[in-house]
Amino acid sequence: MTIKTPSLDRRSFLSGTATLGAGAMLAGSGLTDFARAWAQSAPFKPEANASIQILRWKRFIQSEEDGFMALVSAFTKATGVKVNVINESLDDVQPKASVAANTNQGPDMFWGLYSLPHLFPAKCTDVSDVCNYLGKKYGGWAPTAETYGKSQGKWIALPVAYNANVINYRQSMIEKAGFKSIPKDTAGFLELMKALKAKSVPGGFALGRASGDGNAWVHWALWSHGGNTVDKNDKVILNSPETAKALEYAKALSDVFVPGCASWNDAFNNKAFLASEISLSNNGVSIYAAAKAGAGKDPKMKEIMDDMNHSTWPVGPVGKPTEFHIAYPMLIMKYSKVPNACKAFMAFMMEAENYNKWLESAVAYLSHPLKAYDANPVWTSDPKLGVAKTAGWDTLTAGGQGSVGERAASALADFVVLDMFASVCTGRETVPGAIAVAERQLKRIYR
Amino acid sequence: MTDAALPLPRRAPIREATAWDRLKTNRNWLGFWFMVPAAAFLILFLAYPLGLGVWLSFTDTRIGRPGEFIGIENYEWVLGDSKFQDAVFNTLFYTTIASIAKFAIGLYLAILLNHHLPFKAMIRAIVLIPFIVPTVLSAIAFWWIFDPTFSIVSWTLKEMGWRTTNINFLGDTWNARWSVIFANVWRGVPFIAITLLAGLQTVPPSLYEAATLDGATRWQMFRYITYPLLTPIIAVVMTFSVLFTFTDFQLIKVLTNGGPAGATELMATMSYNTAILGGKIGEGAAVSTAMIPFLLGAIMISWFGLQRRKWQQGED
Repeated sequence: MTIKTPSLDRRSFLSGTATLGAGAMLAGSGLTDFARAWAQSAPFKPEANASIQILRWKRFIQSEEDGFMALVSAFTKATGVKVNVINESLDDVQPKASVAANTNQGPDMFWGLYSLPHLFPAKCTDVSDVCNYLGKKYGGWAPTAETYGKSQGKWIALPVAYNANVINYRQSMIEKAGFKSIPKDTAGFLELMKALKAKSVPGGFALGRASGDGNAWVHWALWSHGGNTVDKNDKVILNSPETAKALEYAKALSDVFVPGCASWNDAFNNKAFLASEISLSNNGVSIYAAAKAGAGKDPKMKEIMDDMNHSTWPVGPVGKPTEFHIAYPMLIMKYSKVPNACKAFMAFMMEAENYNKWLESAVAYLSHPLKAYDANPVWTSDPKLGVAKTAGWDTLTAGGQGSVGERAASALADFVVLDMFASVCTGRETVPGAIAVAERQLKRIYR
Repeated sequence: MTDAALPLPRRAPIREATAWDRLKTNRNWLGFWFMVPAAAFLILFLAYPLGLGVWLSFTDTRIGRPGEFIGIENYEWVLGDSKFQDAVFNTLFYTTIASIAKFAIGLYLAILLNHHLPFKAMIRAIVLIPFIVPTVLSAIAFWWIFDPTFSIVSWTLKEMGWRTTNINFLGDTWNARWSVIFANVWRGVPFIAITLLAGLQTVPPSLYEAATLDGATRWQMFRYITYPLLTPIIAVVMTFSVLFTFTDFQLIKVLTNGGPAGATELMATMSYNTAILGGKIGEGAAVSTAMIPFLLGAIMISWFGLQRRKWQQGED
């Protein structure tokens, strides 16, 4: 996540059709020519005089939004379908979508987080035709994309992209602590964190209710030690020695965090990292993008850009990666009067001519769910960004071993796991006490 | 000239008053119609949502899916939930401490402002500022003030050499609770101060003059004149203050979102998180319905208090 000003600008409406900047970008991009040809030949034909309203999460990287608006604009030019894009801060997308689903009115499409479509699968238009078309054309979907996109064998949402949540660190600061790179195992990682605190600048992970960064790291900690909220059949199995070990590990880590992590939301670590107050945190690659964007004007930003790097998460006792990246699925509400126009937009957006450019404009903040986009230059042009390339293949899904449905979404929204870790790390609860509280909640959710 | 006899206008025969005639002039009937808009408004926008909320709390409704009646299962669950118990404690603690602090500071400010000060009007206007600033905006300001890395307070203390580390305002259980209470008090004081000031100005100066002649001390004047005459307005203002504080949402949502680990979760934020973010409308409704007895209690105290003669007239 990147710096977010809560609620200040949460209702900033952007009209896709009226975005002059995006239109200007188009002129030289050739997007329009492709769009016209695509509109002629594509299998998805919009309804006459259709206009679409899309509610999306508010961008964290300006160039990503510019790229998105450019393809929106091209789509409008080619098909005549007006597209209205509404931007809402990440945490507000889900409540808005939920209310729209409940009242059967609102934007035609929602672009949100994780298992959003699984909160109300019955309200989502079947987009199997779009997803099958894209999967066939672009080398197949990442397995987790299918998990997030499908419900009972049907595609209920288009898995547009992932946001890789990786370890961001300052090379010079970890070297000062006596390390050359981020250790590959959890034990070594704890040593690094201790050394950072003792000899260099400490690091930290969010323990406040940060839906992105907070959930990412605590789930990694839980899964890497073999703990799980539920098993394959959605039976609650949280109360286990593995969970206890994960909590003890997290406690040991948090003891050497920079002070204040318990109050961090998704934006705090970005601010602290860019102020060189911390050496290491977990985040998307947006901090790097911000440093890069500011490097021309501010020597401090240039220094951070040159010095920082990204790493995948250390592997724990389970012996395999247990990362938790954000998934961004897009859905069409069943109440939409223009489902075909929406499907056409979905397909158009994911076509190589559009998606590749957009992926590049997102500077690796977004990772692809379709195999063919492995070849996108963004993954090789800057070696510091390559770490995000396979996010869709490396991540586990919400709910871990269990189903990705509304119960997993509920557990995430209730911060069950995050609060369990936070209560142990802040010393509010003992390990067994925290597990008992979370277990009771999970049993209720998964009843 | 002869006077022409003008034809007299023919009078309509007096008829029996119809039921409609009687109704037309019936003040009660008219009164009923004047009340209809207000009643419709209250029923539509207050009674109906309240009733619906209570009904939902007895169902297992989820977002996007109608629920079934499940009796008191939601209540059984939330009452046994330690997070809910925490939220009740936090809400009561937050309301009690913040209300007392707001009252004490508000009364002090009101008395101060009631004296003749230079630039009186301007000072009174300035006092109102925290109340005028939109809550979310002031919450964001406090969000920066309480920031673990960039807090102006920590910075100042460090610059002055009084501390070496930043203060962990929102990351520590009790620090977080006191911090949000501080923000709430800052925001709520002007409302109380200005209202009490209005009350103070209705106290006849002659009473003070008489008391002065009788040789009363300042404390006696406050205790036996100001305070009794202010009681009715104190009752009203504190009822409002307690209600607003009890149902506070924005400050907490922006500052801590209920964290760290639920240490500042209030019933209002918990209800929202459960119902809207977690999708469990039935459970969320149960949490918010559980606020009603507390709110009713607060209203009852002031209601019955206001009925009492000695409250109204300030008798001891």
